Amino acid sequence: MNIVVCLKQVPGTTEVKIDPVKNTLVRQGIKSILNPFDAYALEEGVRLKERYGGKVTAISMGPPQAAEMLRDAISVGADEAALLSDIAFAGADTWATAYTLGKAIKKIGAADLVICGRQTLDGDTGQVGPELAEMLGLPFVAYVSQIEEIKDKVIRLQRMGEDGYETVETALPAVITVVKEINIPRLPAFRGMMKAKSAQIPVWKAEDIGAEKEKVGLNGSFTQVVKIFFPERQHTAEMFSGDAETQVKALVQKLKEAKLI
Amino acid sequence: MGINVDKDKCTGCGSCAPACPFGLIEIIDDKAHINIEGCTLCGACRDTCAFEAIRIEKEIEKAVYGDESRGVWVFAEQAKGEIKAVAYELLARGRELATDLKTELCAVCLGHNVKQVEKLAFHGADKIYLVDDPLFATGSEDPYVDQLTRLIKERQPAIVLAGATPFGRSFFPRVAARLNTGLTADCTGLEIDTEKKLLKQTRPTFGGNIMATIICPTARPQMSTVRPRVFRQNAPVTGRQGEIIRVNFNKEAVTSRTRLLNFVADLTEKVKLDEADVIVAGGRGLGKAENFQLIRDLATALGGAVASSRPPVDDGWIPYSHQVGQTGKTVCPKLYIAVGISGAVQHLAGMQTADCIIAINDDPNAPIFQVATYGIVGDLFKVVPLLAEQLKNS
Repeated sequence: MNIVVCLKQVPGTTEVKIDPVKNTLVRQGIKSILNPFDAYALEEGVRLKERYGGKVTAISMGPPQAAEMLRDAISVGADEAALLSDIAFAGADTWATAYTLGKAIKKIGAADLVICGRQTLDGDTGQVGPELAEMLGLPFVAYVSQIEEIKDKVIRLQRMGEDGYETVETALPAVITVVKEINIPRLPAFRGMMKAKSAQIPVWKAEDIGAEKEKVGLNGSFTQVVKIFFPERQHTAEMFSGDAETQVKALVQKLKEAKLI
Repeated sequence: MGINVDKDKCTGCGSCAPACPFGLIEIIDDKAHINIEGCTLCGACRDTCAFEAIRIEKEIEKAVYGDESRGVWVFAEQAKGEIKAVAYELLARGRELATDLKTELCAVCLGHNVKQVEKLAFHGADKIYLVDDPLFATGSEDPYVDQLTRLIKERQPAIVLAGATPFGRSFFPRVAARLNTGLTADCTGLEIDTEKKLLKQTRPTFGGNIMATIICPTARPQMSTVRPRVFRQNAPVTGRQGEIIRVNFNKEAVTSRTRLLNFVADLTEKVKLDEADVIVAGGRGLGKAENFQLIRDLATALGGAVASSRPPVDDGWIPYSHQVGQTGKTVCPKLYIAVGISGAVQHLAGMQTADCIIAINDDPNAPIFQVATYGIVGDLFKVVPLLAEQLKNS
């Protein structure tokens, strides 16, 4: 089993604060983290390797400092990692990102399974996984919550739906995205940390993966951001006073007036 | 390619620095310096520069095929032959977009024995493309990808919208990738720039901290997914005529490699969250799984659905299907009661468009009060039973 796991470094958004004076995101002191959903993808890749043998390659498109995240991936069980970093990749939308990842996966070659997290914390689109499947011309299954079995180049898995769980099977090679229910990611062990320390993480530029310059980064993006603004949080709640009973009575009165009950 | 500051034009006035949502601009020696690491090339700085010193350049503009494309399409998602409410919501907004573009509004319905297809016309569709085949009922999304891609290639609509349901978010990006066009996820606003005839798509990003307006300038169609309940459906005009165009299923285009073997329903969900008028949601403040009974009792008293913020789901108090927020469902009920929920932005992203929000929390500084219509600061274990009792009596 050759497994490729796609990772992204994101700002830990729960810590995101807005500077009330400048009205910008306060980035100081915000650590970049591995996108939490990708941690499940990585863990599942490592578990599959332990179950069926093979190799896990972690890849990420991002700035040079994302190499540290890939090193962390090796410390928890990835065998190899590659960083796709090129100024030409900047400003990529999901199509251009999927194209770039697809080119890198083709360079790695002979992938049986590509695993992504269901979405990222920052961009939050969940589109790169399914778009990547099309770039590679492979079957796709989203929201995978359990991998039941891989046998004779067929993978059987559970997928989380709106109203329940579906068991589906698909032919390998394939691309899947996973949800957090699938596993609990492990912490790095000493041996892994030592391995990570000495690991060579190649940096691939557009020409290294045979990507056409007009298809990566801003050039390759079909969508374009024209405006960025902060959502207004205008009103504050009408509060009631008094003891619990008085407050509840006042509330019920308001709801009746508004014909909500 | 990239972003450049023209050092001759830059006066070092500093107006661009606060415009950067990511705080990447510094004024050094009276000139603006942009730290490219982390720059998304959003253009906020360029737009504020009075001296036109900041330029964002794309080397190659994509070929336009947009001039011949016309029509606004809505993908009418169905499950087991029932058209989902989000289809009608998209038709309501799509109707306005089509009017602004002076073009037609079409619904595309792929399914098997889909009921009441004419309702799509009652909700505003001028034409309904209907493809009926048993393969659509097999649980594989591949035939949807194949057939929608083919229909779009044949008829070249300008805009195609789909619901950001789990299904939509999985199959629609595949269609966009095959068509080599842009797709904007989870839009909360759709507008037409009538001058340029472009769709302006606004969506929350960075956990709802930032709103971004996105266009797809040259590739067609322009594609967006929209979360359920973001737009309101119009009252149906019974008898409104729409042309139903039956399109043959193109078996040659099918590349189905995925098979559904089994489905296990999540039995705890009694009232569908995305269709409920009243939702009562519980959070970490409940303390333990058993206390969700308070939420269920209040929901029963109101005839509403039970929801949860993320922590109770993470702790296993209630199944994921009840989770409202960024990684759960987006809801827009008439009444949303948040009990013991502090109001992290991820939760707010899923519910803040509700008509009326009631927050019950013991922390007066909880962010939930910033989006609430009415707030009660107090002990939920006292307030909630009292409220349920009063509602039963009234």
